[in-house]
Amino acid sequence: MTTPKPASSPRQVLLEVRHLKKYFPIYKGLMRKVVNQVRAVDDVSFFVRQGETLGLVGESGCGKTTASRCILRALTPTSGEILFREADGTVTDLAKLDRRGLARFRPQMQMIFQDPFASLNPRMTIFDIVSEPLYVHGMRSRAERTEKVAELLRLVGLRPEYMQRYPHAFSGGQRQRIGIARALALRPRLVVADEPVSALDVSVQAQVLNLMLELQEALSLTYLFVAHDLSVVKHISDRVCVMYVGKIVETAPTLELFAAPRHPYTAALLAAVPVPDPQRRTAIQELPGEVASPANPPSGCYFHPRCQFAVERCRQESPQLEEIAPDHFVSCHRAAELSLPGAVSHV
Amino acid sequence: MHPPAFPLLSVQDLKAYFYMDEGVVKAVDGVSFDVYPGQVVGIVGESGCGKSVTMKAILQILEPGGKIVSGKVQLRVRRAGRPDLDTGGPNSAEELLDLTRLHPNSKLMRKIRGAEIALIPQEPMAAFSPVHTVGSQIMEAILLHNKVSKAEARQRAIDAFRAVGISMPEQRIDAYSWELSGGLRQRAIIAMALSCNPRLLIADEPTTAIDVTTQAQILRLLRDLQREKDTAIIFITHDLGVIAQMAHYVVVMYLGRVMEQGPVNEIFANPRHPYTQALLKSIPSVQSTPRVRLPTISGSIPHPFNRPKGCPFHPRCTQFIRGVCDSAAPELLAVGKDHLASCFLYQSQEVTA
Ligand SMILES: Nc1ncnc2c1ncn2[C@@H]1O[C@H](COP(=O)(O)OP(=O)(O)OP(=O)(O)O)[C@@H](O)[C@H]1O
Ligand SMILES: Nc1ncnc2c1ncn2[C@@H]1O[C@H](COP(=O)(O)OP(=O)(O)OP(=O)(O)O)[C@@H](O)[C@H]1O
Ligand code: SF4
Ligand code: SF4
Ligand SMILES: [Mg+2]
Ligand SMILES: [Mg+2]
Repeated sequence: MTTPKPASSPRQVLLEVRHLKKYFPIYKGLMRKVVNQVRAVDDVSFFVRQGETLGLVGESGCGKTTASRCILRALTPTSGEILFREADGTVTDLAKLDRRGLARFRPQMQMIFQDPFASLNPRMTIFDIVSEPLYVHGMRSRAERTEKVAELLRLVGLRPEYMQRYPHAFSGGQRQRIGIARALALRPRLVVADEPVSALDVSVQAQVLNLMLELQEALSLTYLFVAHDLSVVKHISDRVCVMYVGKIVETAPTLELFAAPRHPYTAALLAAVPVPDPQRRTAIQELPGEVASPANPPSGCYFHPRCQFAVERCRQESPQLEEIAPDHFVSCHRAAELSLPGAVSHV
Repeated sequence: MHPPAFPLLSVQDLKAYFYMDEGVVKAVDGVSFDVYPGQVVGIVGESGCGKSVTMKAILQILEPGGKIVSGKVQLRVRRAGRPDLDTGGPNSAEELLDLTRLHPNSKLMRKIRGAEIALIPQEPMAAFSPVHTVGSQIMEAILLHNKVSKAEARQRAIDAFRAVGISMPEQRIDAYSWELSGGLRQRAIIAMALSCNPRLLIADEPTTAIDVTTQAQILRLLRDLQREKDTAIIFITHDLGVIAQMAHYVVVMYLGRVMEQGPVNEIFANPRHPYTQALLKSIPSVQSTPRVRLPTISGSIPHPFNRPKGCPFHPRCTQFIRGVCDSAAPELLAVGKDHLASCFLYQSQEVTA
């Protein structure tokens, strides 16, 4: 099988994931015998270009967080490659590195978490929270750190005077800004954001999304943006990957994916999003059945029990990710012949 | 849709406060709206604006410390023994009851909960006890409100499961709630809520915790049930997409007060209140252009102990009128047909000064 190869583009590839797998064993009995495995990430391949945002979208349990944690090497992948390009052009496979080997890469990759309430230690001041990574990576002078923290807080739209306060004194949106300031402290080249706005109120979501777009421009950041909300993913991403039960079913430039999806699951996801326009009250489209279990996935194409286009071949043979147009990858036996509706276009 | 002449439920200037050691939380501070038979009223607003507390006050299930301070909750109820006689207006078979006058634990209030008004609670785990099967809990509800045998109650529970699209209802009825997937559990909760044929269903964020494809299944189910049985629904959500797809009439809340209410098309096409206008602009949509700046609402929702004086939205409002909006709270007044807004832009200042 081939992995998605980036089409020739002026932008270099910063991260390339090839055939990434993460299986969690299921134990049983006193002897803790392995009886089965959860295929949380099941042969995932994609790439992220320098300076772009790749959105990773899919329903609960499809493996988004597991894939992100493997990339940041918070988890050890079962197999596959995680190729990371450093500023000088050297490419390293992070999947093969141990703790010591990874140390050099840690500052270059940072994470923004979903829950701004749980991810900040309530007993640390904002200064402590934001300056901790600076200290760990060798900035010992307090004056220097104070100056840097002030700069970071201004960058994310918070007043530096707030530095000595504790997280409880801040609203959800402000806490997420603090989390972003901390993530940016070491000037990472890759930022992985796992559902960074899902816990925020709608009026505050827009503020944080705008901030992330501005920071990306100002600091030429690269984002892997993980979310289940298609509207949010569309808003922030240059390209989007859709996952289903541990696999990538489709990857495409954002507008193309939303206007002309080529995988039946992508089309079903788009059809399920309620449009905020009462004049377009559609018969609510329904995808039958439930998401398959990654511990016991169906044969062939994992989507076949729910797919209205399934044929015999879909039950037998697992489809491979193939490039059907520049930068557009689909994993469906019938991708070439199907014509699927996208999200209703903008008027 | 033409609403019938008489509302099924009429909430009038309802206030519900929580009295705590640190102070008073004015969770619901003067909320009024009507629900007509067969109508879906969407209640929308950001976290903490008082959506759930309004519903708990209507049902008199406020947590300790919470009290209804003033207002009325008028419900048309079927007179005992004549549930068949429903002609759409107050008549000999019906009476108007102010629920705030009933004791929360009174027999009548307990009967109204479930038989007249059913609730799909915001925390799905709170709907079922984990130690009994879902079927036995639905049967218990049926037995409480109906004079039927156990066997018949079981059959009704199975029918209710089938009606909400649960396959193999005879087996699934004997499952525990934690054995069901998120989508199935939500269907079971709806089956329980509908098992006693309520005329009003309150659905508090029934799809917030579930995936978008499952959400579509649940919305479809609720819409079909509402059409078939003509059940009125109060649908609470912070998702404007869900509101646009489900509601006939929309109530927009902020910090315990109604900012604006009106027919769904009016609210989306012709919002009058600055908060509604800003909220609608700030949401990304699958139809909008990627990677452009979204208009935002500045600042954040104030802490409940720090309620702004005057119009609760004034610290964040771009059309704020100094000396007016920060001195008194505007009243909810008509700005169109069935369309009301609570904003000084639409009130002559002499009236309110
Ligand atoms: N440590 C673990 N041990 C066993 N199974 C796990 C573990 N972590 C995750 N899983 C399983 O792997 C699958 C993928 O989980 P993951 O958290 O990556 O999904 P996700 O796409 O991030 O979902 P969500 O949208 O709910 O955050 C799920 O079935 C989950 O139950
Ligand atoms: N039991 C309680 N004790 C004290 N304050 C409470 C209690 N329940 C709710 N409140 C407060 O009342 C206000 C309204 O809460 P409510 O739960 O109605 O909000 P909501 O609109 O339903 O929000 P969400 O969208 O988060 O569910 C909030 O400020 C909340 O903190
Ligand atoms: S491979 Fe077959 S079952 Fe899978 S998405 Fe394509 S048509 Fe549907
Ligand atoms: S009353 Fe004043 S502050 Fe409140 S919404 Fe209207 S203009 Fe804005
Ligand atoms: Mg996750
Ligand atoms: Mg609530």
